[in-house]
Amino acid sequence: MTTTELNVAKAAAIEAGKADVIVTVGMATCGIAAGAAPVLEAMKKAVAESGRTDIRVKQVGCIGICQHEPVLEAYIGGERFTYINMTAEKAERVFAEHIVGGQPIEEFMLKEKNIPVRNLMQTTFMKHQKRVAMRNCGNIDPESIGEYIASDGYAALAKVLTSMTPDEVISQVLDSGLRGRGGGGFPTGLKWKFACSNRGQVKKYVACNADEGDPGAFMDRSVLEGDPHSVIEAMAIAGYAIGADEGYIYVRAEYPTAIKRLEIAIDQAKKLGLLGNDIFGTGFNFDLKLRFGAGAFVCGEETALMTSIEGNRGEPRPRPPFPAVKGLFAQPTILNNVETYANIAQIILKGADWYQSLQMPGCAAGTKVFALTGKITNTGLVEIPMGTTLRTIIEDIGGGVPNGKKFKAAQTGGPSGGCIPASLIDTPIDYDNLAKIGSIIGSGGLIVMDEDTCMVDMARFFLDFTVDESCGKCTPCRVGTHRLLEILDKIIAGNGTLEDLDRLEELATYVKSASLCGLGQTAPNPVLSTLTRFRDEYVAHVVDKKCPAGVCKNLLRYRILEDKCRGCTACARKCPVGAISGTVKNPHRIDPSKCIKCGVCMATCKFGAVVKE
Amino acid sequence: MDAVNVKINGKDYAVRKGMTVLEAAREAKIDIPTLCYLKDINEIGACRLCLVEVSEGGKPYRMVTACVYPVSEGMSILTNTPKINAARKTNLELILSNHEKKCLTCVRSTTCELQKLCNEYGVDEDYFGGERKHYELDTSSPAIIRDNNKCILCRRCVAACKTMQGIGVIGANDRGFDTHIGCAFEKDLGDVSCVNCGQCIVACPVGALYERDDTDKVREAIADPSKKVYICTAPSVRAQIGECFGYAPGTDCEPQMVEALKMLGFDGVFDMNLTADLTIIEEANELIGRIQNGGKLPMITSCSPGWIKYCEHYFPDFTDNLSTCKSPQQMFGAVMKTYFAEKEGIDPKDIFFVSAIPCTAKKFEVGRDGQSASGYPDVDVAITTREVGRMIQKAGIDFRALKGTEFDKPFDIGSGAGAIFGATGGVMEAALRYAAEIILGKPLEKPLETPEVRRQNGSDEGYRTASYKVGDMEVRVAVASGTKNAKQLLKDVEAGKLDVHFIEIMCCPGGCVNGGGQPYQPASVRNTVDLRALRAAVLYNDDRNCDIRESQKNAAVMKLYDEYFGKPNSHKAHEVLHTHYVKRGL
Amino acid sequence: MKKKMTTVEFRGTPEQEAKLLEVIAKYDGVKGKMMPILQEAQDIYGYLPIEVQKIIAEKTETPLEEIYGIATFYSQFKLNPNGEYSVAVCLGTACYVKGSAGVLEEISKELGVEVGSTSSDGKYSLEATRCIGACGLAPVMTINGDVYGRMTKDQVKGILAKYR
Repeated sequence: MTTTELNVAKAAAIEAGKADVIVTVGMATCGIAAGAAPVLEAMKKAVAESGRTDIRVKQVGCIGICQHEPVLEAYIGGERFTYINMTAEKAERVFAEHIVGGQPIEEFMLKEKNIPVRNLMQTTFMKHQKRVAMRNCGNIDPESIGEYIASDGYAALAKVLTSMTPDEVISQVLDSGLRGRGGGGFPTGLKWKFACSNRGQVKKYVACNADEGDPGAFMDRSVLEGDPHSVIEAMAIAGYAIGADEGYIYVRAEYPTAIKRLEIAIDQAKKLGLLGNDIFGTGFNFDLKLRFGAGAFVCGEETALMTSIEGNRGEPRPRPPFPAVKGLFAQPTILNNVETYANIAQIILKGADWYQSLQMPGCAAGTKVFALTGKITNTGLVEIPMGTTLRTIIEDIGGGVPNGKKFKAAQTGGPSGGCIPASLIDTPIDYDNLAKIGSIIGSGGLIVMDEDTCMVDMARFFLDFTVDESCGKCTPCRVGTHRLLEILDKIIAGNGTLEDLDRLEELATYVKSASLCGLGQTAPNPVLSTLTRFRDEYVAHVVDKKCPAGVCKNLLRYRILEDKCRGCTACARKCPVGAISGTVKNPHRIDPSKCIKCGVCMATCKFGAVVKE
Repeated sequence: MDAVNVKINGKDYAVRKGMTVLEAAREAKIDIPTLCYLKDINEIGACRLCLVEVSEGGKPYRMVTACVYPVSEGMSILTNTPKINAARKTNLELILSNHEKKCLTCVRSTTCELQKLCNEYGVDEDYFGGERKHYELDTSSPAIIRDNNKCILCRRCVAACKTMQGIGVIGANDRGFDTHIGCAFEKDLGDVSCVNCGQCIVACPVGALYERDDTDKVREAIADPSKKVYICTAPSVRAQIGECFGYAPGTDCEPQMVEALKMLGFDGVFDMNLTADLTIIEEANELIGRIQNGGKLPMITSCSPGWIKYCEHYFPDFTDNLSTCKSPQQMFGAVMKTYFAEKEGIDPKDIFFVSAIPCTAKKFEVGRDGQSASGYPDVDVAITTREVGRMIQKAGIDFRALKGTEFDKPFDIGSGAGAIFGATGGVMEAALRYAAEIILGKPLEKPLETPEVRRQNGSDEGYRTASYKVGDMEVRVAVASGTKNAKQLLKDVEAGKLDVHFIEIMCCPGGCVNGGGQPYQPASVRNTVDLRALRAAVLYNDDRNCDIRESQKNAAVMKLYDEYFGKPNSHKAHEVLHTHYVKRGL
Repeated sequence: MKKKMTTVEFRGTPEQEAKLLEVIAKYDGVKGKMMPILQEAQDIYGYLPIEVQKIIAEKTETPLEEIYGIATFYSQFKLNPNGEYSVAVCLGTACYVKGSAGVLEEISKELGVEVGSTSSDGKYSLEATRCIGACGLAPVMTINGDVYGRMTKDQVKGILAKYR
């Protein structure tokens, strides 16, 4: 394919994509899991049976409103309608009543303050967002290279190959201020620059980290499932920039849909000559291979990822030597994550200045995708300008904490990150601001916690994860994190002492400073940050032997309020261990030595007489 | 030299570019503690003990691992700050929290690298409580015992087995806190294709791997009045035994060793160099026979039992290439229980024969089929240099104060050719000295020296080849030590890339001087001193200073032929001095 | 989690072995081939018993221990065959926060299968998984690929009944 042919293909694809009515169904993993496939089928069937040829039905990736999946959108006469929580039957009604009958169905629409909103784009959820990495997600069919080309796809690759020198490419990426979106936040252009010497003389690799493993983060999956070509195109651009002719994408095996779409996309790109030899007739060669993870979180660490691609236990290696000098198969290598790559083509096409204009003033460049989960009304993927405050994310985009509960803290950066307490809710989110308050952006997981969340338990949850995922190579991480977890367990069980808190802090600090790789170096962060921000909760656990959030079972006590108990005996009958005694119409009592704290009594009591304290 | 200027603890040094912080500190006479680091084979930065603080480009100090961190221009290194000491202490306490602390009775007590550091850093051994992993003691191997309860996961054994020896029957299994060193499918060492070389043992900083201790059997035999107990010592033992008693590596302690063994109560202390000479004569004649009669070539030496087992497991098609000669240890035992028993009028069942060797694989060899010429095992017990050292120590013998004495007759003579058996290339050189005379039909003017087959440039990488014109005959030879190099050599033979008549292979890199049964030397010594060269120098020195330097000049050996075997490779010799092999596969 | 050895007898077929040999041949000379070979071998056999690892070791001239070390490092490689029904509960953050641990416990009780193992009749295997990326549906469980979202303990019995 030549650049002229690309333009022809683009025009043809745009023409082919035109229709009076376009219906899209979100077919990413979350959509499929929620039942999007029958919705898509039902819509296709309805259209086919109607004989209408002016309606195009297509699958798209994830638009980001996870909890409302399956999502169906209809573009009718220049207007966009978003329908949520679809089923096959509902889809048939959308077709009959709206597409054919011209009557939008309000009951299937998103609601804000109980008012239906026709178009997702008009919601508060979307209003604060700017989509760069996710620009095509939910809009184009990820299995169609034509649709990607129609949305300027591969134009950036054409541009760099025909009109830019490799150094100019690197400068543009440098100038854009783009930093790694996978966790480290290292300037992407600088990483490329370190690997750019001896182009053409040394075998080099471009690698993509698609081993998204932070619990609660799924933006990379969304990009791969919704817009796989954007990653492929960016990797080819990176290959040109550093002088590499081969790339590897390391995808976690837990993402079968992403893998399938990547395979399709690579195949399509190869067929059109957008991967392979002599791309755009410029003599530039670039080949791409897929490798799959096998369930090891540590392989998201760059050296471990490379060790794994090389066919070994995914154990990290000491740095230096850095991958830019000695990486994959001991050759210079650059490794970026999916979201980072997803920004590249736009930076090339629209320029570094454009990218620098996206963020809030004084903050790191561009946008960042966050996966908003936990105790929040709108869970999902949100792409926001760097520097957006946590308040905007939680209260506006996220719709606040549900069930009238109070926002307590947000955990950013997953198991490597820290928590941001409610008092710092006005912090503009970017790399440096979060670092200052003891957390990180990380891969962009953002878990919202309310007053019912115990911070000690939360720290324990993350630590349990890293202990399980420690590779076992270095002492601080292998033994140290395990000991940290044991101390937390002791505290949660009600056996902790104030000395344990000191020991926890001291050991956490050691593990952080002494571990071999990023996993161990960041594993203590949730502990350290909760210890700093919520020390009173720890103290409550060890001194008062109480869990203020009422989560830690061993520290709980169920009690029956005498004045409220009517003596109906319902609780005593339901108690699985016979811990409740009392006679009819007289107040009952719970024997704490027998109680297993299952909570059945509380759920059973109709009079609110059972309390947890 | 490309130099880099660094500051170490405030003092200026110019060190070689590309050096690690650890190496640079050693230049400044500062030893930074390490546990996992073994130069060239285990540079993995895993134990994190060698943390130091460095500042580069004026940036704040941060902790890095000295063993793998390269120096840079203007770097400032701090090796002894409160922060570092605290970090190292915590590290050791964490290691100890998952370590079976039966230190008082541990075989490595006083030679344990962990123990030494714990002492230096004043650790609280119970600072961290918590879960400790429990593992079954693996006693399945006749040579090597593995106690994972003591393992600190430094992976030096894995590096020795896999990276250095190219075998890899042990490795890290599972991950995280469950990580442990083991064999495939958690099999025992005795059930996998381990060759018993013992390189894992000498690599181990703690007591997680050690040889099966057979010294009690020896002491019991000595105490048994019905037994005549004899011991012979391999060439390399005398060159290393001193290390057990604080002598520097490379100190020849033959006379003290002999005296100490006599004090232990052996009925005779003999020199295995003698059967090394016997082996040469048998083996060289076998070779000449094979060349002249179209036998299986190339012929490969058979005196290293680790190598034999390696061949049987990994290259079973080559077992017919192995010389059928027993190893010097087994030949000695066979001679003791046949010729010597007859001559002295002792029932062979009453002879208890012990061999002292630098090797753990010999513990396996004594139990092999075809090693019982008299109907009783040729050798009853094989004990390593370390065990010999322990026996002497336990008996309260002040080794360093001994004046020394000579081996017992009639087996007190060994040639220089026999002595160099302990170094890689030594068997080849010894055999060539003998073969040259046989092929030419007359003695050489002076003993042949073949520096081409000796260890080159202080390295055991690859293998060496040489070609010698002896009369009309061209003898092409190859020498390898270390099974990784042996593998390469055999692959090249298989591929037709290498066409030789005679190959010497020693299981351990550098040969027996670097055997798995040799005295412990901590990593700080192993990483900085060429132990193999120092130890081999003792043997080459012996050779040079020996009255006789050729096996055929060994009068005691000639007497054996005169009185018992007749001539080399005779029927009788075959019965007593030769053996057979098994194709084991993997 | 430490992997348990299988007690299930190896029932590999010649067809499976032929396929495995094809896979190994396909990757001949490919750098870093061990991961894809093990992954495809597991696709063929469903797990990686010693019989399969030995073939791979021999054909790729790799120490068996090295392969075993890899197989026990990655949580997706199995030394035990899957049950006829493979039940998995996500313990990712979102699911955990919404009570997936309780769901897992309930299933374990209901099926009498320990987490990480296969029932003696080979019918059910139960696993706890890391985040499967369906956080919006938390808590999530899957049975042979069927996804069940917004699980509660009470639903466990009813759903399992479909797979009896």
